[in-house]
Amino acid sequence: MTSTRELAQPPARPLLKKKSALLTSRRRRTGWGWRGTPYVFLALPVLLLVLFTYVPVANMFWYSLTDWDGLDKTKTFVGIDNYVSVFTRPELFRVFFVSLYYFAASFIQMALALYFATILSFSTRFRNLFKGILFFPYLVNGVAIGFIFLYFFRPDGTLDALLDIVGLGDLSRPWLGDRDVVNFSLASTSIWRYMGLNFVLFLGAIQSIPNQLYEAAELDGANRWQQFRFIIAPGIKPIIGLSFILAISGSLAVFEIPFIMTGGSNGSETFVIQTVNSAFKFSKVGLASAMAVVLLAIVLVITWIQRKLVPEEKVNLT
Amino acid sequence: MFPHSRRRRAAAFTALASVIGLTAACSADSGESNDDGVMAGDITVLTWRTDLLEDGTLDGYKAEFEKKYPDITVEFEGITDYEGEVRTRMNTEDYGDVLGIPGTITPEQLPDFFEPLGTTEELAKEYRFINDKSYDGNGYGIAVVGNAQGLVYNTKVWAEAGVTDLPTSPEEFLDALDAIATTTDAIPLYTNYAANWPVTQWDAHRGSITADEEFNRSLPEDDAPWSEGKDLYVIDSLLWDAVEGGYIEEDPTTTDWEASKGMLGSGKIATMALGSWAIGQMQDAADDPADIGYMPFPNQVDGTFHSIIGGDYNQAINVHSEHKEEARAWIDWFNAESGYAESQGGLSPLLDGDMPETLADFEALGDDLVYLEQLPAEPGKETLVTDIDNAAEIGLQKEIYRKALIDAARGQTDETKDEFFDDLNTRWAEARADVMS
Repeated sequence: MTSTRELAQPPARPLLKKKSALLTSRRRRTGWGWRGTPYVFLALPVLLLVLFTYVPVANMFWYSLTDWDGLDKTKTFVGIDNYVSVFTRPELFRVFFVSLYYFAASFIQMALALYFATILSFSTRFRNLFKGILFFPYLVNGVAIGFIFLYFFRPDGTLDALLDIVGLGDLSRPWLGDRDVVNFSLASTSIWRYMGLNFVLFLGAIQSIPNQLYEAAELDGANRWQQFRFIIAPGIKPIIGLSFILAISGSLAVFEIPFIMTGGSNGSETFVIQTVNSAFKFSKVGLASAMAVVLLAIVLVITWIQRKLVPEEKVNLT
Repeated sequence: MFPHSRRRRAAAFTALASVIGLTAACSADSGESNDDGVMAGDITVLTWRTDLLEDGTLDGYKAEFEKKYPDITVEFEGITDYEGEVRTRMNTEDYGDVLGIPGTITPEQLPDFFEPLGTTEELAKEYRFINDKSYDGNGYGIAVVGNAQGLVYNTKVWAEAGVTDLPTSPEEFLDALDAIATTTDAIPLYTNYAANWPVTQWDAHRGSITADEEFNRSLPEDDAPWSEGKDLYVIDSLLWDAVEGGYIEEDPTTTDWEASKGMLGSGKIATMALGSWAIGQMQDAADDPADIGYMPFPNQVDGTFHSIIGGDYNQAINVHSEHKEEARAWIDWFNAESGYAESQGGLSPLLDGDMPETLADFEALGDDLVYLEQLPAEPGKETLVTDIDNAAEIGLQKEIYRKALIDAARGQTDETKDEFFDDLNTRWAEARADVMS
């Protein structure tokens, strides 16, 4: 027994080339368990996913084909009626205009995140403290953020007081009450909230770039900007691409911040707020499900187009 | 086309539900009779008054009730987002034994979810406000308290502005707001826009403008409810003019409901449109409760004011409950003996209940004020108003269109008042055509 084990294990490495022979010997030793083990570990998370994601989504597809009001015991099948009414009511799509504010904001958000991530990737004093500070807003509960900024934006609130101190009191206006600025206010709240996430993604990617590259660049006389331009930026391209996709789908599906702060009133309504209102204010769960399906389709299509236009490239820094 | 088929299905379900209800009742009876009819068991009461649950008021009721029925144990479950959460939970069978009927349940759905408490005729001998939650001749819920509609105001501020007589028309009311704006520092009319639900309080006045107890019956027959002189026009027009005149808070989007109570008491706010349930809360928050007054909607028919009265949340019994008799005992005790309605300063749901002290201002008006209760919808037409309202996506009792009205009136959109009301009329008429066809 002992001798066979000793024989089987230590030479395993040099024998890696004979992979198939090795695998069969292992398989024999542990029976089906070797092949089955990963599936056992996968079973629970997949089960939870099916239970809490795929079944509800399937249900949503089914609801979107009915006239269900969210409570009735019967759900009448109405075919594609709900989809027809989604696409024949242009006012439902007009709210996507609001998403543009958040889409534009997401570029500012990514630029800021990239800026901070780059600075903090060099050895800066207190960098861990700053990392914490920058990431913190993302950890705060969205409802709390809504209320914090409600106070921030109210007349004579924090923002107005700040402007007064720096002598720009004339700029004060009803930040949420003025239809011309309400979406800027909400989009900048969104930047404040989600910048931390982008920042951490970028920082992680930057830190995975091997150190020798910087050293070599410094020896060649590259300054910080050149290091960023030719090492960091190409090195984290996939992450920037991912953030871009998240930014698009995120700005189409904005919900939390405008819903808590304005309830979608005064021209700040987004598509998801409209969906929620249809379902829970006007008891049109069927129509709302159709709207949700349409949004899902739009996000998928845009992601697909984006992947076609900007194909994923293998990053090779060496 | 839809409503017909839906109604027929609903009828089938009513029949089915009542059969199930009867068999359940029978089996429950036979089970209980072994114990000499003694009521026993645990009942769960879902409550929207999380504030009363936290401050222990409800525990006091529980103790009293359990003293009378020693074998019943009451447990409360407070739900903050009551409307949304309970409606979702009603898709299961587990929604307590006793609960308040959520506002979005249509009358034809009542038999599917709640145990009938008796015929409306029987209930009407004892209770008020039963029309609201009845269907097909049966009552499904009993209001815990009743409200009269009006506007709370700070009497000191109004007097300071030189307004001593109650305004009897929207014009006089606007003049009064103007006087308050020019002579005092108070906000003449506070909308509480950001809290959403306060703007829906305006809707409660519908029916009182024309003193029409059949208003809700005729509403589904009307293709243009927002035409001059009609109830909804008068109410919304008053709100529009007050907003346009600049008599409301500077930035409605950042209002604060909790703070507004104290601001009314201290004279920073002059007026708010809220049901009589709010009077007690305003008095509690005021330095001097005597400063808080209550006035009817500024409109008179033949020289008298009219105030709509109606039930607040209605308590009902879960049709799936295993302790229906115990649940019924709780409801009866709560209405007749708990003293809840008086403690809330509301109208008692009992026919022989006294007028609460909070409504002293209304009582002082004597014959100049008439309480008006809306008649129930005619059989088969119970859901028309809701159906049209939902199809039009207007939301009479939701905040959406009145918030849009406030935004338009303060110049955030290009819409004029006529355009705004025309749009409402068009949407209503289209939805009506849809629902009625």
